[in-house]
Amino acid sequence: MKIKLTFWRTVFLTIMAMGLYSTFVRYFRGLGAISNMSDQFPWGLWIGFDCLCGVMLAAGGFCVIGAVYLFNVERLHSVVRPAVLTAFLGYLLFIVGLLFDLGRPWYIWHQLIYMNPHSVMFEVGMCVMAYTTVLFFEFLPNVFEKFNLNAPIKWIKRIYPVLIVLGILLSTLHQSSLGSLYLIMPSKLHPFWYTPALPFLFFGSAISVGLAMTIFESTQSAKAFGRHLELPVLVSLGGALLVALWVNALLRFEDYFHRGMLGQIIKPSYEAYFLWLELILAFVIPITMLSFKKVRLSPQGLYLASIFTVLGFITNRLNVSLTGFETYVGHHYMPKWTEFSVTLMIIAMGFALFGVAVKYLPIFPEEEHAVNTVLAKAREPDVDEAVLSHAGD
Amino acid sequence: MSKALLYDATMCIGCKQCEAACAQQNKLPYDDRVAAESLQSEHKYTVVVTKDDKFMRRLCMHCERPACASVCPVGAFHKTKEGPVVYDVWKCIGCRYCMVACAFAQPKYEWGSLNPRVRKCIMCPDRVTAGKQTACADICPTGATKFGDRDDLIQEAQARIRDNPSTYQPRIYGLHEVGGTCVLILSSVNVEEYGYPASGKIGDTPMPEYTGRVMERIPDFIPVWSLVLGGIYWISHRRDEVAAAEDGENNRRTR
Repeated sequence: MKIKLTFWRTVFLTIMAMGLYSTFVRYFRGLGAISNMSDQFPWGLWIGFDCLCGVMLAAGGFCVIGAVYLFNVERLHSVVRPAVLTAFLGYLLFIVGLLFDLGRPWYIWHQLIYMNPHSVMFEVGMCVMAYTTVLFFEFLPNVFEKFNLNAPIKWIKRIYPVLIVLGILLSTLHQSSLGSLYLIMPSKLHPFWYTPALPFLFFGSAISVGLAMTIFESTQSAKAFGRHLELPVLVSLGGALLVALWVNALLRFEDYFHRGMLGQIIKPSYEAYFLWLELILAFVIPITMLSFKKVRLSPQGLYLASIFTVLGFITNRLNVSLTGFETYVGHHYMPKWTEFSVTLMIIAMGFALFGVAVKYLPIFPEEEHAVNTVLAKAREPDVDEAVLSHAGD
Repeated sequence: MSKALLYDATMCIGCKQCEAACAQQNKLPYDDRVAAESLQSEHKYTVVVTKDDKFMRRLCMHCERPACASVCPVGAFHKTKEGPVVYDVWKCIGCRYCMVACAFAQPKYEWGSLNPRVRKCIMCPDRVTAGKQTACADICPTGATKFGDRDDLIQEAQARIRDNPSTYQPRIYGLHEVGGTCVLILSSVNVEEYGYPASGKIGDTPMPEYTGRVMERIPDFIPVWSLVLGGIYWISHRRDEVAAAEDGENNRRTR
């Protein structure tokens, strides 16, 4: 079989090649050589994006599971498997990211023996470890089904209620604790972002982004794998997203109001520009869009609104982890290109693994209506190419 | 009783012998080039800063309730009962949370190393437990850095301010900051001008309390939230079961 070198494949291979070079630099030259991190900026892009945003982007898993299994939203049943897959891959890649960022990654298992229960980082670490295990079990039935192993599926079905409750419990804990990480830096983090409400805001943004990512993913998969788009699913997700965004926006407003910050956030300043960008992307645009029924009922509208939401909350977490420290430190932090290339490589790996899993495992349910199947078949492109075309998104 | 260091900037002559003694004690390189460096780093735990012909020493403050020890996921830092905050390198996984959390930005990192360590002043714990002074206090020719019991040093510092109110700023930096530190500073100028964080900004609350307020809720939160989630699950599935059973009954009746 001859493999064609398409545009997206070239992009994918370039990203992987640069990423491998950076990996070499990271492990043979050290953190100082690969990154612009320093004693003044000990946490850079990898904590800000790979960890904080990565975990947020993988929140779709527990949001959808919660909706379907706790609140019986049957309509969403068809997105449970892709959402669980995304979450599972997301957490695996989060751990890969950690292996780059930790100074002594070969001692990562020390978490399990030298425990410090006072540390938020310890709690996050344990929750992520446990939740990845839960996700692994939630993901396993896909593999068993593929090989027609019915007995183990039955075992997992039996413990499924435990997995669901445990998964949501662990997600609540570590999604909010990522915000608690920053509670110990009241004198360093800019007051626009330092607030005792950080854990609540992080949990709230995880739910919004979880919903938005599920819309994004479903639409993207429909495009890439030529699947029929299930509009009722997107519409109910869009409705939930609108509610979640309002709750988040109110929380933010309440927080600024109670801390008497409303006057300051409207005054132009370096931080204010970043804050405005964040608020416009995360709240103003998607809430305005979703307030129109026409948008809430259109796949393109929902898709766009979900992209704005995701970008907005990514900006928010980068502000908390990077922008918010620049005034304290007294200079700007700009990641080195090798830092970006590692992040890009991890994202590309995510898209590629997602594509491979969709190709070989029963992630998406069989098309129900014959007509749709025919339509879908007609549009079905080469799956490999679809996989790679994701790499650049 | 906890030991401490009292640094009196008005007595300091900027000879930098403390820097040299510190380097020797911790087996760090020290020469004219290092002496000229005015920033702390992984090879310079303490530094004497010069500004307007006045001197100011910087070093780890050895907080009574250290942030580094509370945030470390593997407990690589701990406060000894003698006062020093020490570091167990063999536990460290390199997450650098200590560096981000420290209000005084004291932990530094070996960015060039392939097996990097966090570096900071550890207040000569071996010497202190052996009943000796720290290397810097031992060598100081003017007594600007003085080693002793924390309570005694506080009294002495208060006496110095009382006796020479025109010389000193009327405060001991480190007495209450972040819940108190084992390095106390007397000065004729504001220490903030030499890079120390402002007292008003870091406050008197021990840093671990900011995260502790959330962390202490978790043991209660876990069982309550599990019960709530489990309860919702049970209710929503019980409804299905009941509906299914009723369906079955109706079918039987109609037959």
